[in-house]
Amino acid sequence: MALLNVTSPHTTNTMNTARVMQLVLLATIPGVLALTWHFGWGTLVNIAWASMVAIAAESLMLYLRKRPISFYLSDCSALVTAVLLGIALPPYSPWWLIFVGVGFAIIIAKHLYGGMGFNPFNPAMVGYVVLLISYPVEMTIWATPREALELDLPSIGDAIQALFLGRDAVAVLTVDGITMATPLDVLKQNNTLLVDDLWAQSPQFGRWAGAGWEWANLGFLAGGIFLLTQRVFTWHAPISMLISLTIMATLFYDGGSSNSGGSPLFHLLSGATMLGAFFIVTDPVTSAVSVKGRIIYGAAIGILLYLIRVWGNYPDAIAFSVLLMNFAAPLIDHYTQPRTYGHQSNRPRGE
Amino acid sequence: MRKIWDIHGGIHPAENKTQSNQEAITQAGIPAELIFPLSQHIGAPASPVVSVGQHILKGEKIAEAKGFVSVPVHASTSGEVIAIENHFIAHPSGMTAPCIIIRPDGKDQWIEHQGISDYTTIEKTELLNRIRDAGIAGMGGAGFPSAVKLNLRDDQIIETLIINGTECEPYITSDDRLMRERAEEIIEGVKILQHLISPVKETLIGIEDNKPEAIAAMKAAAAGTTIDVVVFPTKYPSGGEKQLIQILTGKEVPSGGLPAQVGIVCQNIGTTYAVYRAVQYGEPLISRITTVTGSACERQSNFEVLLGTPIHYLLNLCGYQAERCSRLVMGGPMMGFSLESADVPVVKTTNCVLAPTPNELPPPAPVQACIRCGMCAEACPVSLLPQQMYWFARAKEYDKLEGHNLMDCIECGACSYACPSNIPLVQYYRASKAEIRQQKLDAEKAEHSKARFEARQARIERQEAEKEAKRAARKAAAEAKAAAGSDNQESKQDAVQAAIERAKAKRAGGATATPQSKTDLEKAVTAAEKRLATAREKLQQAEEQGADTVPAFKTGVEKSENKLAKVKAALDDFIANNPQASTPAASTTNDPAQLAIERAQQKRAGAATQSPLEKVEQQITSLKTRIDKAQAKLAEARAENSDKLEIFETSVQKLQEKLAEAEQQKQQLQTESPTSNKIETNDPAKQAADDIIARALAKREAASKMTDLERLQNAVNSIETRIAKTKEKLTVAEQEGSDTIDILTESVKKLEVKLVEAKQALSDYEDQQG
Repeated sequence: MALLNVTSPHTTNTMNTARVMQLVLLATIPGVLALTWHFGWGTLVNIAWASMVAIAAESLMLYLRKRPISFYLSDCSALVTAVLLGIALPPYSPWWLIFVGVGFAIIIAKHLYGGMGFNPFNPAMVGYVVLLISYPVEMTIWATPREALELDLPSIGDAIQALFLGRDAVAVLTVDGITMATPLDVLKQNNTLLVDDLWAQSPQFGRWAGAGWEWANLGFLAGGIFLLTQRVFTWHAPISMLISLTIMATLFYDGGSSNSGGSPLFHLLSGATMLGAFFIVTDPVTSAVSVKGRIIYGAAIGILLYLIRVWGNYPDAIAFSVLLMNFAAPLIDHYTQPRTYGHQSNRPRGE
Repeated sequence: MRKIWDIHGGIHPAENKTQSNQEAITQAGIPAELIFPLSQHIGAPASPVVSVGQHILKGEKIAEAKGFVSVPVHASTSGEVIAIENHFIAHPSGMTAPCIIIRPDGKDQWIEHQGISDYTTIEKTELLNRIRDAGIAGMGGAGFPSAVKLNLRDDQIIETLIINGTECEPYITSDDRLMRERAEEIIEGVKILQHLISPVKETLIGIEDNKPEAIAAMKAAAAGTTIDVVVFPTKYPSGGEKQLIQILTGKEVPSGGLPAQVGIVCQNIGTTYAVYRAVQYGEPLISRITTVTGSACERQSNFEVLLGTPIHYLLNLCGYQAERCSRLVMGGPMMGFSLESADVPVVKTTNCVLAPTPNELPPPAPVQACIRCGMCAEACPVSLLPQQMYWFARAKEYDKLEGHNLMDCIECGACSYACPSNIPLVQYYRASKAEIRQQKLDAEKAEHSKARFEARQARIERQEAEKEAKRAARKAAAEAKAAAGSDNQESKQDAVQAAIERAKAKRAGGATATPQSKTDLEKAVTAAEKRLATAREKLQQAEEQGADTVPAFKTGVEKSENKLAKVKAALDDFIANNPQASTPAASTTNDPAQLAIERAQQKRAGAATQSPLEKVEQQITSLKTRIDKAQAKLAEARAENSDKLEIFETSVQKLQEKLAEAEQQKQQLQTESPTSNKIETNDPAKQAADDIIARALAKREAASKMTDLERLQNAVNSIETRIAKTKEKLTVAEQEGSDTIDILTESVKKLEVKLVEAKQALSDYEDQQG
């Protein structure tokens, strides 16, 4: 056997990028299951269609960029983008909405910015924001959770029909009360009732936060903890984000008046908090790199999230907060270089 | 229990130590051929002291140290030197280097050697020399000459002596076996090191907790001594010198510094053992313990190997199956380098030969994109940001790499190990480091060239300045001289100039009627004369200024003279051939201009030979004549009321000043010896200057005495006269149809304007005066 002439080290650990991505996909399962249980098949259909579009778009771009298609497809990064976007979009979204969102995410936000590892912005979040700004109506219709619905949830057939023919073509999805405002939206619009009264009057609310939402968030939290134990990412960014969000919510809770921003628990278990914390904020490509940098990065997202949720124009703000901090990541990196062994300070030399 | 510090990062690769650490160390024996590279250490290569064909004994020095950071090389068995030539050596680049090749005679006959019975009684420097002469260099990997490391300055106080028994690399068990089997000797070696550097605080032997037998053996051997065996958790790369120092003491070696700066000296287990052999038995470093391991070997074990033994000999001892081996690694799987062939010899730093199968150490997987996951940064033991450095290395942003402390990278390979995208990060850093070093070398070279260039410039400038100084001195001398005879020179110049001009005027008058060719020749003569005059003038100026162009101008004058002579000869020939054309005016010999020039030259030549006094006298005479002439002209001008009046006045005045000066000089020359002239000339010059000032003051006074009214009236009158004159000229010009009409008309107009202004001023003044 010819002797290999390679540089050290001659051994590597078993972790590889594809495995990291597969673990991330695996970790979304509890959250997706919770969403499906509470809101019906819509989310799963979203994910399936988004995945197909993502693989097609990724293949197209790899072909155009003359990259080996199967090699790069096997890193599963396009699938992660598709799954995250599929989860974030309202159930029973039309096919073209998902097509535009995923297409934009993969083609423009990922490949046109240099492809895997080079994109400064989280592709799924770019896709989400493009859709939110372009199609606000479609993006703000959210299904009514099982708990608040008097009818049965739409069947899987209904969900697929809704994808390809649109909501209006599916009888079940046109009935009154099949969609309603999200709990975050309800709380945001409220300025007359005490939080407790609002809770009692609105069917959207559940035990700690929104009905269904709280379970989905707990599901994503479980997935996140799994990823932490697998050392896929470090705790710094997600935990600092959750802590800063909790601090903000505590500061402005004001005991539950009609002006209240909502309880800390409500914020932790509402909207895309946990999905954001463990699946979006932890995207390594677009976040800060050092430990200190990741703490700052996560904390700033937590603060922005609360600011936009409570005082901004959008009821949920993971996408905006993350994109804003993606901008800031290089700056954070610059100022948070760790102190190297044998050096007195962590200031980069020559500056 | 001692406090143990933690290092940042680190990894836990599979240890793979049990394959080779089960068996006791065995002697590898004597191979058919031994290869001794001259450079087995950091520093200057040793230089051979044996010749081909020479018979040498075991332990005989075959190459001696060159310079301070260098160690000698010794034969590891007796035999014959069969070659001194380039041979493949253990080097990552697979290069060849000078080696001494010995064919053993099988007798293994020792050279006479003797240990020191009590090292505490001899001088430390002698002890250090013995360690150096034994060829001992760091056996952990780097191969830094141990004597250099142990040679402390008098003011350096070492707090802690650390013996590195960490052996954190997977697979390697040579130190482990050595500690298990020869703990007593190692402890004796540590005592020698203690004696040498006298650590004031403590002596520690650091061992990872994955070597319980070694720990037990060392603890037992160290009982009753001041040596502490410190055990700490296994983690790669705890065995790096800087990392071990941090783990055991919490101190960090400053970037770019040495452990001694923080009061620490660190030595490897193998080195300590070698020091013991060298001091106790007088044995140079001729063998070491090497682990032979990897699944491509049937037997995985540790051997006491003679230095110079080829790797293939060792592998064959272990039932090496070449067909199963994917790569040959010298050193461990983390920092070892792959070998191109098994022909390379075991050297002082060879702690392990690793022959893995492809399953054991698979070939590198294809590289994927960096997703900046930061696993490398988590693994880095010196807290670098490998993922950032990877970007910079790819973009060749070397200044940013240095800003991110690339040079502090210890190349442990933890980042590459951790990378999920299989990026060979360490390779990027090695390449970048090499590139930065090269750039620095180039920059140094450029700096050196610059310095050389600047030195040259400085030298040229200095020489210029020296020349300038000489020139200035000459100029000062010339000025001093000039002060003594300036009038003389000037008057001479004037005389010459005047003569030339006169001559020209005359010639211009007399040359019109001559035939064409003759005219041409004459013109040539005139031109040549003109050139000669100009050249002379320039020469004189140059001489006065002490300029370095003097020689050039001299040549110029000579050339002009030659030319003039030639042209004149031609003219003479022409005249001789055409006697009818000869006219008095055109005759060269009779040429008044030429005569005048010659006279002037004679005068000047005469002046050069005259004594200062004579010169001055002559000057005075000449000045007097000139003053007379000037005064005559002045009178004429006054009579005509010419506008040149002022000029003539000034010139008369100047001439008078000069005359006064010259007279004073004359007086002085008469009273003093000629040699003191130069020194004293300053005084007359000064006096002359004083006179000028006095006269100027007097003039101003006179002017101020003139009433303003008078002045104004004078001005009006003068302008009126000038207008009248100009008008006359204009009439003449109009009658003759001359082309000066325009100019004259213009000047009349201007004068009329001036007249109006002057009259206005006068009337204003009269009004004021009432």
